[in-house]
Amino acid sequence: MDLHLKQISHAYDDVNVLENIDFHIERGQIVCLIGPSGCGKSTLLRFIGGLEQPTSGAVMQIGSPPTDSLNPLTYIFQDFALLPWRSVRGNISLVLEDHGIKGAAAKAIIDDVLLRTKLQDFGDALPKQLSGGMKQRVAIARALAVKPACLLMDEPLSALDSQTRELLMDDLIDLWVKERYTACYVTHNLNEAVRLGHKVVVMSRRPGKIREIVSIDIPLEERQKNPAKLQEYQEYLWNLMRDEARAADQELNNA
Amino acid sequence: MPDNNSKKTESIVPYRGGGFAPRPQRIVAPVLFIALIAFWETGSRMGWISPIVLPAPSEAFNAFKELFVSGQLGLHLSASLQRLVIGWVCGTILGLAFGFAAGLFTMARGGIVPFVAAIFPIPKIALLPLFIIWFGIGEESKIATILFGTFFPTVIAVYGGVDNVDRCLIRMGQSFNLSWWSIVRKIILPGALPAILSGFRISVSIAIILLVAAEMIGAEYGIGAYVLLAGNLMAMDQLVAGVAMLSCLGLSLSWVIGRAEKYFLNWRL
Repeated sequence: MDLHLKQISHAYDDVNVLENIDFHIERGQIVCLIGPSGCGKSTLLRFIGGLEQPTSGAVMQIGSPPTDSLNPLTYIFQDFALLPWRSVRGNISLVLEDHGIKGAAAKAIIDDVLLRTKLQDFGDALPKQLSGGMKQRVAIARALAVKPACLLMDEPLSALDSQTRELLMDDLIDLWVKERYTACYVTHNLNEAVRLGHKVVVMSRRPGKIREIVSIDIPLEERQKNPAKLQEYQEYLWNLMRDEARAADQELNNA
Repeated sequence: MPDNNSKKTESIVPYRGGGFAPRPQRIVAPVLFIALIAFWETGSRMGWISPIVLPAPSEAFNAFKELFVSGQLGLHLSASLQRLVIGWVCGTILGLAFGFAAGLFTMARGGIVPFVAAIFPIPKIALLPLFIIWFGIGEESKIATILFGTFFPTVIAVYGGVDNVDRCLIRMGQSFNLSWWSIVRKIILPGALPAILSGFRISVSIAIILLVAAEMIGAEYGIGAYVLLAGNLMAMDQLVAGVAMLSCLGLSLSWVIGRAEKYFLNWRL
């Protein structure tokens, strides 16, 4: 299943937030969305998963999702969004219960995703006992449990400290190398974008438009060995964004 | 900063943190309580406190013992507890229903919230004569008073609790395609539970206050009736015994809610 964001524009009251956004998310690819703060990239991600509706345009599914996918468009949130009153296993079983998956079938899925996210020893812990990085791992495990066709990640590493971020970044890359998942990844961190993105969509400040779509054609698994090349990409992206970011920073909030 | 002093002095940086974090202390309350009772008892025995103004704790305890031996205690207590339980449970069930309705539906909120704001501040004791006309002098009017007194604070606690559930969690539920009912049951209800339980603390106290008020009008048995009769007979020892029973009732109910909080909310920090 591919996704096509078809000429999406959006306005809150009279303020144009997004203008004419049009790009594809192809199967097995990670598309990174970057842009200065307030450019509407998180709003755009909410459109993709159907949590909000754009004023005009639409997000099209091309082809149908795999039949075993319980929730084709699945989010991973910046603030983890775990239920504090449920254990790690309970949080994952939450998203299975509504599909009628209980008992042994649920246990098999939960064991599998906990293993894939290296959480097998933490199944019975409550979220309050876990560090930020572990909480985000639980959220990733929960997302994997519903076999998504496309992961929608809203700055998943932004609430973590930089060491944890580094570790989780490696995990996301490893997971992609193993499973070739499809994802749309919103971030304001250019380094994350060049390390994880096959395609980087650079947006301008409000009203958000596509400034440029940069394809990075180094295979994900080889990027660590090519720091100079990545640095080049990162600088290129920064040059695209610098003036916009400065202007966005100095903008007064007339809301 | 230039340091002109050739001779450097050394001193420890003074500690400025700490405080502002009261911790629960198990020992303070009983010690204070016993000391107060002991002071009161000696005061009465030494004659500083006139028995007409305030009887000694031992006298009040004797009155309580008399009540127990005569078998009246069970009658008073069961009459009061029955009213309290029926009134509180019915008021709480209705309050939960209306509170959740106001928390979840725009139309219901528009109707319920102003209504609650208008009626909540009316002292229910003032409505008691009205309830007597409506429901008669028997149990119904007493239960209705407690029911109404419990209903309004429960509604406010519940819809406030629902409002305070983390919107991110609800959005997460929607993003995983959870049904409306699942979101209410598995996300909103547990999320609102802390506010609902602290609402119970308030509604239980209000229910006890109203219980006594209602029993002071035309009740044969009940702690309120016992206290009223003691007051009319100027039997101060019985009056103090009755008031102490009310206090113990409040304490034990608050303890029960405390246990419930510990059990249901152990996931909190």
